[in-house]
Amino acid sequence: MTSLILILISALFFNGIIGRVKSISAGRKGPGVMQPIKDVIRLFHKGAVYSDVTGPVFKLAPAVYLASVLIACLCVPFGNKPGLISFNGDFVFFAYALALGKFFCIIGALDTGSSFEGMGASREATYSMLAEPAFFLIMGSLALMTGNTSFQDIFAELHPSSPMSWALAVIAAFVFLILAMVENSRMPVDDPKTHLELTMIHEVMVLDNSGIDLGLIFVTGYLKFAMYAALIANLFIGSIPVGFGIPVFFVIQFACAVIIGLNESFTARYRMNHNPQFIFTLACIALLAVFGVMLMSGQLV
Amino acid sequence: MFSQPLTGLSLWFMAIFTIVFACGAIYGIGYMRHYSGRPLRNTLHWINYAVAYLSMMTLCVVDNSIAFLVSWEIMALSSFFLVIYESEKPETIKAGINFFIQSHISVVLLTAGFMMIAAETGSYSFAAIPRYCVENNGMAAFLLLFAGFAVKAGFVPFHTWLPYAHPAAPAHISGVMSGVIIKIGIFGILRMITLFSIDFVTAGAIILAVSAISGLYGVMMAILQHNLKKLLAYHSIENIGIIGMGIGLGCIGAGSGNTVLATLGFAGALLHTLNHALFKSVLFFCSGNVYHGTHTLDIEKLGGLAKKMPWTAALFLIASVAICGLPPMNGFISEFLIYSGLFGWMQGAELGVTTGAVFSILALVMIGGLAILCFTKAFGIIFLGSPRTEVDAHEMGACRIVPLVIEALIMLSIGICPSFYAKLAGSALECFPYASNTALASTADLSFVGLASLIFILLAGLIYTAKSRHNSRHQVSEGPTWGCGYTEGTPRIQYTATSFVKTYVQLFSFVLGNKKEQELPKDIFPASGHFESESYDKLESNLIDRPLGAYRSFTDRFSFLQNGKMQYYVLYGIIFIVFTLIISFIFS
Repeated sequence: MTSLILILISALFFNGIIGRVKSISAGRKGPGVMQPIKDVIRLFHKGAVYSDVTGPVFKLAPAVYLASVLIACLCVPFGNKPGLISFNGDFVFFAYALALGKFFCIIGALDTGSSFEGMGASREATYSMLAEPAFFLIMGSLALMTGNTSFQDIFAELHPSSPMSWALAVIAAFVFLILAMVENSRMPVDDPKTHLELTMIHEVMVLDNSGIDLGLIFVTGYLKFAMYAALIANLFIGSIPVGFGIPVFFVIQFACAVIIGLNESFTARYRMNHNPQFIFTLACIALLAVFGVMLMSGQLV
Repeated sequence: MFSQPLTGLSLWFMAIFTIVFACGAIYGIGYMRHYSGRPLRNTLHWINYAVAYLSMMTLCVVDNSIAFLVSWEIMALSSFFLVIYESEKPETIKAGINFFIQSHISVVLLTAGFMMIAAETGSYSFAAIPRYCVENNGMAAFLLLFAGFAVKAGFVPFHTWLPYAHPAAPAHISGVMSGVIIKIGIFGILRMITLFSIDFVTAGAIILAVSAISGLYGVMMAILQHNLKKLLAYHSIENIGIIGMGIGLGCIGAGSGNTVLATLGFAGALLHTLNHALFKSVLFFCSGNVYHGTHTLDIEKLGGLAKKMPWTAALFLIASVAICGLPPMNGFISEFLIYSGLFGWMQGAELGVTTGAVFSILALVMIGGLAILCFTKAFGIIFLGSPRTEVDAHEMGACRIVPLVIEALIMLSIGICPSFYAKLAGSALECFPYASNTALASTADLSFVGLASLIFILLAGLIYTAKSRHNSRHQVSEGPTWGCGYTEGTPRIQYTATSFVKTYVQLFSFVLGNKKEQELPKDIFPASGHFESESYDKLESNLIDRPLGAYRSFTDRFSFLQNGKMQYYVLYGIIFIVFTLIISFIFS
């Protein structure tokens, strides 16, 4: 329960902070921290325009997309306090629930019959297929390290087991951060602020969504960021008492937002055909983490 | 005298076969109305349907390898006749003959395997197999039998008959065949595991490796297909791979005395057998509805069917979610069990074990991701968007919807109360060494998974209702799809199935076979040009077609022997007799 409330709170500010960082580093005045939330509230007060090609799938897709991320947030623990949903192998459920959201997002885009949205859907399906192994491998390495298979047990036992676990936590944090960027279609994989539909991934999938549908998709994006940042925070707060844990949690959320903002300010988007390599590199790093754990536990030598 | 007291394993499989055969029969009544002009042939068809069902039931209960082989042959023949129902089409006959030959390769392998055992023990009873394993190393016999069953089940590289036979058969037959007839191969493998006592760790590792490759190769090829039934046929290979991974894990657990691993592996395999039987038959039945509604199975020609065939579309969507292994449907439950087994196995603190587990997890994750790519393509291109060609689609009658709805409800109930179904599978589970029902109940938190899935459905429903209520209070209007400034869009500019998977095809071109033929427009004022690309099964062409071609050109050299002159044939007879006499003379 703690984790859910904290994720909801940080989701309020996450994208705002990214925006602030970007405008400060570009020397612009820029929108305020609460601007993303204001955008969503504005969208919630609007009606909607639906394409005459679309059907029930298009209307269902944003709801399932948001529900998938919410249910994934429920799985995220807060340090050694379990999330609302916690069982052995809950991270498998976490990943597959997110995949269901993506499935609906993709077919929602295909429902419009637009070639641009089809293009975005195709890219999203291909890239998320490539990103999935990285998550499972990094969770596998954590599971191997701690001997547990639920989020809560893994995070609770990560640190006392060995000092080397800090190294693993840092690698895992790196992988989660890049995953968050890939999943939310940020730089360097996708540029959410580009003006050309041909070069978008996620944004081009939701071209036809309007009103509350678009608002729900925005909310889902904010939650997704906060959720991945919460996973990163969990890598470090497992053995800390809750009183210290909460400030550390917010510091890590803030740091993630700043890093993403800085990264967006100072890097360019990759060419589309370089993206698969970049994403698959993540899986390789995660595989290295697994071998690192095997090395530590004395299996390799 | 040939039967055994019914074990849980047989009952589990008999239940699966009965559900799917019953739904297939109801569906088939509706399907066959389109062919009502040929009563004789239809009678033969339904007799064969009944015979196929009975022979499958017999296979589940017999306890003697001769009786087993006879029933197996009856099953193979009756399903051959079921496949070639539309025998006036030459491609149906070709596919049927291919199926017929490969079924008999399986029979040959099985006969050889059973004879190995009978030659040692002098008995064809299944009870002789444990005795055989005491005195001999049963590995060779086991692997022979495994290969025989693998042909039927469709493990790579014995999979080549599936993509031909399924599209050729009527939809209810493809559904039944993919749903259950290939599962008789899985049943055979599991039955042998309960009988043999061999080095299960090695056998399990072999099964695991073959299955992981089957799973990956099946789904990778499925993505390329444009014929809906062929796509589904390749997906059967993928799912057989997932089942096989469960069996492999279970074997490794049984071999190393790891109760948890054996339980999770075998339970995952058993449940996935049920799950796949359900969702794959629904998908094939839907493909039959699409075929009769539009008279084509070519994905590229379809589109926007959800408006005209809402029931078929909804059922196809539910089954697609299930086959991708996504919660809240049933496919997730069995994959979850296999994942749990893999993550548990990984803790084995041994280099080979951890590496094996890591790569198996990687394979399963990739299979999941690729399946999502494949089914978003299939569902999105067929049912969503606007029609790509002028087709006069219409929804089918209740006879072809109701059995699918029943199966979909069973699927959903497995997703929501998995522990109930795990308990049902329990008595089948008890047949395997080291696997136990109590271990399943204590290790896998299936009831939590079901609960989480239920919360998920409620949450999505809640958000959707809130959204609809919100929209009913605000102004909602309709307009054309946003064309990014381009106003003259036609359905032809929509993304096609080929373009949807183009990035994937480029990425994995090192595995996939893709023939390209192009003539690009030349000169300043280009006149014409064309581009064609066609995918083919690389394994099939390298492992089957090429050796077969080489064999044929080798045997062609002896064609002078068959010259049509009676004198020569008499001469061959004399040579043979003389030769036999000499040999018997020497050895006596």
